[in-house]
Amino acid sequence: MATSSVIGKKNKMGQTYTDPWYMMHEAPRTPSFFTGSEVIKEAIRRASCDVMIAYPITPQSEAAALIGELFVEGYVGDYFRGESEFAVMSECAGAAFGGARVFTTTAGPGTMRAMENFPMWAGARLPIQMIVTCRGINSPLSIQPDTLEISYLLNTGMLVWHAETAQDFFDWILIGYLVAEEPDVHLPLALCCDGFFVTHTKDVVQLTPADMCLPPYDPYRSPVPCMDMECPPVRMMRDPFVMKSNYISYATHASWQQEVWAAVERSRKHTIRWLDGLIEVDNGDADILIVSSGTAVSQGREAKALLEEEGIDVGIVKIKTLRPWPGEEIREATKHAKHIIVPEFNIIGWLAREIRATIPNSDRVFAGPHVGGGMTMPPEIIAADIKALLGIKTAALAGRGS
Amino acid sequence: MIKRRLNIRMSGLGGQGAVTAAHVLAMAAARDGKYAISNPFFGAEKRMAPAESYCRIGITRIYDRGELVYPDVIEVFHPQVITMGKSYTMPFYSGIKENGIVIINSDVPLLSDEDVKRLNDLNVAVFYIKGTQLALEIAGTELSTNMAMIGSVAGITKCVTLEALDGALQERFGKKFVASGGTATLDEAIKKKFAKKEMLLKKNLETVTRSYEIAAEWAEKNRVELALAAA
Repeated sequence: MATSSVIGKKNKMGQTYTDPWYMMHEAPRTPSFFTGSEVIKEAIRRASCDVMIAYPITPQSEAAALIGELFVEGYVGDYFRGESEFAVMSECAGAAFGGARVFTTTAGPGTMRAMENFPMWAGARLPIQMIVTCRGINSPLSIQPDTLEISYLLNTGMLVWHAETAQDFFDWILIGYLVAEEPDVHLPLALCCDGFFVTHTKDVVQLTPADMCLPPYDPYRSPVPCMDMECPPVRMMRDPFVMKSNYISYATHASWQQEVWAAVERSRKHTIRWLDGLIEVDNGDADILIVSSGTAVSQGREAKALLEEEGIDVGIVKIKTLRPWPGEEIREATKHAKHIIVPEFNIIGWLAREIRATIPNSDRVFAGPHVGGGMTMPPEIIAADIKALLGIKTAALAGRGS
Repeated sequence: MIKRRLNIRMSGLGGQGAVTAAHVLAMAAARDGKYAISNPFFGAEKRMAPAESYCRIGITRIYDRGELVYPDVIEVFHPQVITMGKSYTMPFYSGIKENGIVIINSDVPLLSDEDVKRLNDLNVAVFYIKGTQLALEIAGTELSTNMAMIGSVAGITKCVTLEALDGALQERFGKKFVASGGTATLDEAIKKKFAKKEMLLKKNLETVTRSYEIAAEWAEKNRVELALAAA
């Protein structure tokens, strides 16, 4: 085990391993006009990543290709291309078992194809970071954003965060490793954003200095030993419990599942510290609250501005983390609200269901508006739904094609 | 009409540079100290298929993302957007706001009587620019059509300055730029049209400037005013 700190020392690219709190909160920032994909590359440049495994799912995101360039430059330890998303996620597991800090990206159908791996990652306590640039998963195919795939990730035991902007994405990729690698957490993170709206949009993002990077991952801080096939910690791989069918096997699985979810809970304190809370509230005293995550929050902010012009007071609750679920925070933030509007970029309305299951008087929740299959949600339709709820008559909105 | 936010929808065909045009316009606006974002919308990349991009410029922070359903300005990069319905919606101007502007790259009028009436009812002004012809005359390649479209919207609305456009063009084409495979191929194609990179930048800026002047003159003559409020 290392007995001296690496902080202040340089890596082979000349970057200085920097105290993460200083790097994220105090170091000077440079405004840059970048696409979300370029922002992912810039975050990984500073993340001291050992291994990136890519299934280059363009056009959804160019990040996998861009990080290939980083590898050529020398900023990423190793870089593999998998032959499918399933292969990629399995290879990520191998690299993480071996003690590496691992990064990968996926989207939509790729997430679904790789799904078997995610509870395995969580069960094996591998702090892999996976970027999910959401896209439609159903047929007919779409390359545009639809957040349905996030709902499938919620019960895998992974941490699941939902970024609103490219700025969130930049900061949270770096912070994500810090939280996920805490010894009392040590879980994989699915860092989600709405593809295209974040990945393909050029926006101003404040970047930390390129000559500062995170301290490297220390695999000896893992709560379970690195895999050693000659001496596996719970003989997990060589003689797995799946081969047994007795009370010891059941008890082991049950207690391990409890431990994984307890680790998700334990991530709460670290996440609150690093993300400045699991939710963010703007004008929380309003009778009408728009509560959502991801790009739907941005569209809600625009709807709030539109309604303000008409004298209608609306507040915003941005949910940053879906796992851990900020139940207490949402109950507190919505306790005086008369109407809770939950706009979502999917038809199912999974977030509204989660919120309804969390708060008292859940008939206050209006699930909608919903757009699916990659459609855009103009702020005008959120404003129109809110006015309809209040009994205010509005002219029918012309959509595209009307 | 003075607005706090200018929403510009660019409807073109794959390969014409509509995505690049929105990026350059937004980069220029950011250089001018305004808030700006740009984003494209397209299916699997292929040339001559419908492609759209959006540029939002404002005096306050912009959160709005995705397809611009209710634009102030629509730019039509190719006649086929109208004549062959190569638009994400029919008609191509659906959702345009009252007092908006439609800019069409064509040397002949393309709108039906019904289109003209519906746009008139919304007080939408229609400006035809011979963008491809200008690109061929000045830059010697139709690949610079997008430059004429940038100049047109800037000339009418003054949403960005020519100085900022010059800077944005240098930023976009003067150094290595990361783009998808299709865009990178097109970048190579346009670079081959010019002996030197300086020439590419110079000729493209000339195309922008000329269309800016033509459009500004048209707006003044027809008293078309759609501009961004001072910050």
